[in-house]
Amino acid sequence: MADERLKSLTSMLARHGILVAFILFMIGFTIANQRFLGLDNVLGVIRSSAILGVMALGVTFVVVSGNLDLSVGSMMSFSTIVVLDLHDKLGPSMAIPAMFAMTMALGAFIGFLVGYLKLNSLIVTLGMLSAIHGLTLTYSGGKNMDIVDKSGTWFSVFGQGAIFGIPVPVLMFGLLAVVLTVILAKTPFGRKVYAVGGNGTAATFSGIPRARVVFMTYIISSFCVATAGLIQASRSLGSQNTVGQGLELDVLAAVILGGASLLGGSGTVFKTVIGVLILGFIQNGLLLVGLQFYVQYVVTWVIIILAVWLDIAAKRGRLWSPIA
Amino acid sequence: MHTERKNKLFKQSAIWGFIVIELVFFSIAGHFLSVSDKAFMDGANMLLLFKQSAPIGIIALGMTIVMINGNIDLSVGATYALCAIVMLDSMTWPIFAGLGDWVIPVAWLLALGTGMVLGLINGLIVWKTGVDAFIVTLGSMLGFRGLVFMYNGEQPTSHLNWTLVDIAEADLFGIETPTIVFVVFTILIWLLMSKTVHGRNAYAIGDNREAAVNAGIRVGPHMVWNFVLIGFLAALSAVVFYSASGSVNPNDGTLYELWVITAVVLGGTKLTGGSGSVISTFGGVIAIQLLRKGLGHIGADTAMVNLVIGLILIAVLFLDKQLNRKGREELKI
Repeated sequence: MADERLKSLTSMLARHGILVAFILFMIGFTIANQRFLGLDNVLGVIRSSAILGVMALGVTFVVVSGNLDLSVGSMMSFSTIVVLDLHDKLGPSMAIPAMFAMTMALGAFIGFLVGYLKLNSLIVTLGMLSAIHGLTLTYSGGKNMDIVDKSGTWFSVFGQGAIFGIPVPVLMFGLLAVVLTVILAKTPFGRKVYAVGGNGTAATFSGIPRARVVFMTYIISSFCVATAGLIQASRSLGSQNTVGQGLELDVLAAVILGGASLLGGSGTVFKTVIGVLILGFIQNGLLLVGLQFYVQYVVTWVIIILAVWLDIAAKRGRLWSPIA
Repeated sequence: MHTERKNKLFKQSAIWGFIVIELVFFSIAGHFLSVSDKAFMDGANMLLLFKQSAPIGIIALGMTIVMINGNIDLSVGATYALCAIVMLDSMTWPIFAGLGDWVIPVAWLLALGTGMVLGLINGLIVWKTGVDAFIVTLGSMLGFRGLVFMYNGEQPTSHLNWTLVDIAEADLFGIETPTIVFVVFTILIWLLMSKTVHGRNAYAIGDNREAAVNAGIRVGPHMVWNFVLIGFLAALSAVVFYSASGSVNPNDGTLYELWVITAVVLGGTKLTGGSGSVISTFGGVIAIQLLRKGLGHIGADTAMVNLVIGLILIAVLFLDKQLNRKGREELKI
């Protein structure tokens, strides 16, 4: 009897381990510092994680379909630079749709290569990481981009505004998370994404258009990247060419922390949000306790490995790997 | 059988063909567009090219083995930076004060040892937990970078030792130390991969892990050795580069993993494991450096270099897919 209860406890831990760890973690930091769970601090953390979070939402679709996207960092730099440049040339109301169109065109190109030509997504997006970085540098001529009239534009609302006391980036992150949760969990398209990621060949034989589904995941990913670029540009109203550099791996870390398997077929938008929040609160909690920002890197390392390890250990039913 | 061999030969020589095309193109284009008077295929220019490829190239040798094994290592950039800091900082430790210039080999050994320990950590985690190497090394990429910052904050670490600089910039018949190290290790790793049991096992495990286990190969320890080896090579790369420069920033080596993987893939090594060659990786490294220098020679900027390298990588992948489809995949679906 007790044995059985232990077993169900372990399986519960395995399924919701990341959530349990998150709650324990929050309790620990709240005891260490009372301000940690204050409304101001929580909103501040979500606000500063919003850019990473929005990108992670899109990458979740790509990862669930069994692919990778390493180009989101340099694509985010691209959209930030483009929207800042067009802001002064076309005005904000034209610049935003134009930037979304250009970013999603890049996403469509990647989607075509990975979906229809069936090329390896890791290498394609690695190539695009470099190529889009080159494109951004060419576009900006290597210079930083700044909005001339920083105080007289409503463009700053996306990064700096607040509605009913909730920062707009948080609202955008939340709204996008809800919409994408519905798409991935409740629509036929979402089920096809899981099917393609779970077993691509079987999905093809069941009449699922694998290529089109993969194509769409990259479109969604690039839409999220464009949104992140919008928030970034609007928050600072000026930017370097390399603003998103290195973010691709942080984004992937958040998605993996949420429990999505790189082999595809598992992961949810909600879990990714938890992954993003864990990264954000770790950073914030360590800073509040008085540690340097780089301590979070080491902590993140340990947490990622433990999270993934416990996840697969629960699935195979033993802690250590069976590799001889 | 015959076409298969021809196909294989074509694929192995493809990277060298690409290099020849680059050389011809940049020589001719450089004639019309060059910003300087010097010819592109100038001897000194070519020697410089080898020297500049050494830091990425030495790491790429290790990445080739790890990728043939069916794994990947994203932490090499951080390993590189951490080993550089250990090497430069250890020369100022008080316990070594009495050694004089003998502190140099000690610092080298400490740096190489650090790299091997970091590789050992990655390897043991991959072996014992069974977590995918991509995730393990993605984590340790962050973790090792954190260690780099914890070592010396956000300050650069520098230590100038003129004897060390003399060694690093010494040359044999005009060929400088980094080039010699790169070429010697290319040959050593090639011997390891083509003439030893360890090399044969690496291909076997990457090709079909189940079969390798059934054949009695101890897959776990084998993979650990390869991670130790790539850690050693990342450290060696840092030793070669920072012996000459004498100063390391905590952000050095960022994105090196991506450059290294680009070079290895360009050389024809498969991400899925089981095939690849160290000599072709050498070619891939040279091809990328040639592209950088060549585009610079005809007046293009870094932006263009990034764009072209990215697109070439995708084009290579596409061509490779087309070639393979003719041979095998038609039968599969």
